[in-house]
Amino acid sequence: MIHFENVGKRYDEGGEALSGINLQIDAGNMAFLTGHSGAGKSTMLKLIGLIERASYGQVIINGKNFSKLGRRHIPYVRRDIGIIFQNHKLLNDRTVFDNVALPLVIAGEPHRDIQRRVRASLDKVGLLDKERVSPLSLSGGEQQRVGIARAVVNKPPLLVADEPTGNLDPQLSAEIMNLFAEFNQVGVTVLIASHDIDLITRMGKRVLVLEKGRLLDEPGATPDQAEVLQ
Amino acid sequence: MARQATRRSPRRSVRSTATSSVSSSEPSATRGAVRRPRAKGWFRGYFKGHFQALFLSLGRVSRHPLSSLMTIAVIGIALALPAGLHVALKNVQGVSEGWEDAVQISLFLQKGIEAAEAERVVEQLGQMQAVDEVIHITPQQALAEFRQYSGFGGALDVLDDNPMPSVLLVRPTAAASEPLMIEPLLQQLRGLPAVEMAQLDMEWLKRLYAIMAIGERGVLVLAALLALAVLLIVGNTIRLAIQNRRDEIEVQKLIGATDAFIQRPFLYSGLWHGVLGAVMAWLLVTLSLWLLAGPVQRLSLLYNSNFQLGTLEPLATLVVVTAGGLLGLLGAWLAVGRHLRDIEPT
Repeated sequence: MIHFENVGKRYDEGGEALSGINLQIDAGNMAFLTGHSGAGKSTMLKLIGLIERASYGQVIINGKNFSKLGRRHIPYVRRDIGIIFQNHKLLNDRTVFDNVALPLVIAGEPHRDIQRRVRASLDKVGLLDKERVSPLSLSGGEQQRVGIARAVVNKPPLLVADEPTGNLDPQLSAEIMNLFAEFNQVGVTVLIASHDIDLITRMGKRVLVLEKGRLLDEPGATPDQAEVLQ
Repeated sequence: MARQATRRSPRRSVRSTATSSVSSSEPSATRGAVRRPRAKGWFRGYFKGHFQALFLSLGRVSRHPLSSLMTIAVIGIALALPAGLHVALKNVQGVSEGWEDAVQISLFLQKGIEAAEAERVVEQLGQMQAVDEVIHITPQQALAEFRQYSGFGGALDVLDDNPMPSVLLVRPTAAASEPLMIEPLLQQLRGLPAVEMAQLDMEWLKRLYAIMAIGERGVLVLAALLALAVLLIVGNTIRLAIQNRRDEIEVQKLIGATDAFIQRPFLYSGLWHGVLGAVMAWLLVTLSLWLLAGPVQRLSLLYNSNFQLGTLEPLATLVVVTAGGLLGLLGAWLAVGRHLRDIEPT
């Protein structure tokens, strides 16, 4: 599902953010990406979300080689990747319902399906009773869950989250993480960038550690197995 | 990597929104196939998308009534100027159209020609095919008329004899009155031995037509300039709208919106501005004409005419509305092309 082959990213102003990244995450797996600020976590997620392009190497997500992808195709690829942002990126002039419905509207889904699927998605994150309010009237945790509902509403095979618990208290953080684990349980591939080491270790999933733009060897990782499976 | 949907908590009755389509036994490449809607659905979705954008953009225009109204008013004034001038020209043309029938040639006969001889000339002219009617004004009649209307009657008393020549007013037939036909007739009349001078009372009409032709060309030039202004106004309005919605555009791009989806509401917004501006222009022109109708009628009564001020005809109205809509769309398209690409999520 996520395949990095000797991937590097150079910025004009600030040297190499990522260098020589090799990574394989199979479909249906869940992994955490951690490391200090500036270690390259966000850059890696931006490469997956096609927000940035790699300077060299191959990023292959969901069978798509991003280095060969034309600008025209980017929107369609993004529809298969549910991205959750630390600052939620919700539209505050629209209701919670409309925010969650946006990916379906963009994809041109029929009106009836939109109703049903948005409700299902909001129910999943426990915010069905808030569909008519503005995101501004919600707490930080609730806004984050709206963001999650929006990311999963069109059933993408891959979920990517950038510090989804960054501003939340420990109990809310654990709830959010459990929500991700539930999506993973039904087959969604999940990659979460987080620096909350305690929480990550408690989840008992694969942990990728970035340091100064390089991926450290994982204690429990078995890249060879991954190769074979692929 | 078995699918484990069944293990979910029974409390959540709604099926997982995230994944039922994902089956992990499929190779990842097919699973990741880009989801383009199928052809028939695409067609329907295409029109639905346009329909939604059409009303979404109208909603946005109406949500900021004051600023929208000001933009629409500026567009309206810009479109009303050429439209109004067009109507004014049409009216002048309407007034002058009747005058072509009134073409007449004044033949001043040689001095000293007797009345009987003048009558012979009148008869001779009356037999010409191109001539409709001939009126003979004798020197005595001319003198009386001059005395009556000129105000120089006293000056005439000083003269010993009548200085007025016999004048024949020749009215050509309608066919002979055409600009191309009138010139040979004039030459022919000039060649008559009894005629001292032949004068066509149409030179001023030609000049008027020439001036109106300049006016028509001027309206076109003005219309082109103001069309450019409308383009800039709409372009600027849309540019600001794009800037105001920068965050929204970013988010839409992040969750897979195509450029076409994002630009649609802006294009329709331009269309609405243009069309509503054209409606405003129609209102302005109609209102102006309504205000002018009274005084114009009073003036035309003074000329014993029942001239009615013409309004913007349906075809011209259609042209104005179409032009407004197209200009709005084009202005928006230019702005969208320039500014939408710059906004990329970071």
